Amino acid sequence: MGKPLIHRSPIPGLGISAGITLTLLSLVVLLPIGALLAKGAAAGPERLWGEVNSARIWASLWLSFRLSFLAAAFNLVFGVALAWVLARYRFPGRRLIDAAVDLPFALPTAVAGIALTALYAPNGVFGAVARELGFKIAYTPLGILIALVFVGLPFVVRTVQPVIDEIEREVEEASATLGASRAHTIRHVILPMLAPAALTGFALALARAVGEYGSVIFIAGNLPMKTEIAPLLIVIKLEEFNYDGATAIGIAMLVISFLMLFVINAIQVWSRRRIGYV
Amino acid sequence: MSDTAPATFRVATEESPLFQVILTVIVLALLVLLLFAPLVAVFYEALGKGWVTAVTSLADPEALSAIRLTLTVAAIAVPLNTIFGIAAAWLITKYDFRGKALLITLIDLPFSVSPVVVGLCIVLTFGANSWIGALLVQAGHPVVFALPGIVLASMIVTFPFVARELIPVMVEQGRAEEEAALTLGASGWRTFRTVTLPNIRWALLYGVLLCNARAMGEFGAVSVVSGKIRGQTATMPITIEMLYNEYLSVAAFALAAVLACLAFVTLALKTFLEIRHADALAAARRH
Repeated sequence: MGKPLIHRSPIPGLGISAGITLTLLSLVVLLPIGALLAKGAAAGPERLWGEVNSARIWASLWLSFRLSFLAAAFNLVFGVALAWVLARYRFPGRRLIDAAVDLPFALPTAVAGIALTALYAPNGVFGAVARELGFKIAYTPLGILIALVFVGLPFVVRTVQPVIDEIEREVEEASATLGASRAHTIRHVILPMLAPAALTGFALALARAVGEYGSVIFIAGNLPMKTEIAPLLIVIKLEEFNYDGATAIGIAMLVISFLMLFVINAIQVWSRRRIGYV
Repeated sequence: MSDTAPATFRVATEESPLFQVILTVIVLALLVLLLFAPLVAVFYEALGKGWVTAVTSLADPEALSAIRLTLTVAAIAVPLNTIFGIAAAWLITKYDFRGKALLITLIDLPFSVSPVVVGLCIVLTFGANSWIGALLVQAGHPVVFALPGIVLASMIVTFPFVARELIPVMVEQGRAEEEAALTLGASGWRTFRTVTLPNIRWALLYGVLLCNARAMGEFGAVSVVSGKIRGQTATMPITIEMLYNEYLSVAAFALAAVLACLAFVTLALKTFLEIRHADALAAARRH
């Protein structure tokens, strides 16, 4: 009604670009994800609930989401600090460090997984130190947490850094002139400006961590009820040819991820409105 | 002390030097523990028994076929996703239509889905007990546990990369230059080749770079659909896992070191683009 589906444009190529986009999008993304949902619908909610409702699966979902949240929270604090150091302080090797922050994006997860395990296993360099102190890192939830912090590291840094670059020094000067201590300025002027970007980075890191597989399975030890992550259970169900079971966990993960993203989006909108900063 | 002014004044918009040093040291120490140590570990473990052992393990037929397969997969998946990325960015930035936000959300969807769930989706769509899969197996073109499945898995997880880099750049550049070229009588294809492409080439290269790195390194989605048949459907990351689980540590880490070198090249080129061609990249990439 009123608004046309598509506005007329003098630029050619609408047919071919729309054709390629919609064909590939349908084949590559919509068809497979649709198949998962169709499989879930065919099995029915009761069957799916029956598959998910076991102590082992609840334990794995709880482990995955709890550790992902902790890792993203760690990256939130660490990422803001790192972005601040990279954007504001000058020290030798800063450029190199800046480039290295993206390493978790570029390094294949399986490589990160075996490397972290080599370091944090009881016979590894850091693992041996921990053993001396009387605790284990690899093959415990702590090891999983380290892997999840690794994969989520760049997200907060890369969303916050451009915002820090945009902050005008005059704002900080005004705050200082009005008698605010530096700590007060950071707490009440700078951090509120960074909050929306930092939350976006937190959400991205969280979403990534929940689904992470490659870097985790080596360091996790994969003990049922203790260090078994949810994506691994999908793989186990598939190896048992239990497609309904795999579908049930897959749908549960999708639903919980989308709910989390929705909540975080809502927090972002709220914080943007409150601070009045986009 | 009270009779002389301090030798240096601290700028009001900076933290105290002591605070700066402490924060920098803490942050760098954590980076060493989390980022640099694992990287050193890869090369240390690979070369622990000498260069010869490491290089010999790479010359193993299994390792060679893994390298070949990974290159093949990237050579199919990356160009397809590049074509998609250009087409999608063109569609989204050159036309106004209803449902654009939904389209962008759908393109970004693979980033919020676990790679293992991506693999599961492919098995459910094209596996031998789905009707499409059964038809394809009968026709002699199985998807799951074969090359097409691995390519598809790599394509899904890297699907948004190119479009994501291009869209912000093309939005910024607007439509005026293309419209001018068309007014002057250039064909649509010529306009794209001589006006649009030179404007977006660095952003395009940036997206292709990220897409390629992820495609070559993808593990979760590929491990579900590959079937892990030695010498046939085992990509480099999958072979690393198999070797590692067989306690063939040197061979696993040697292959891992090759992938780590790929990561270095990716990061180096990416940093070069960020410094040299900052104004041709999306705003978030400029720093």
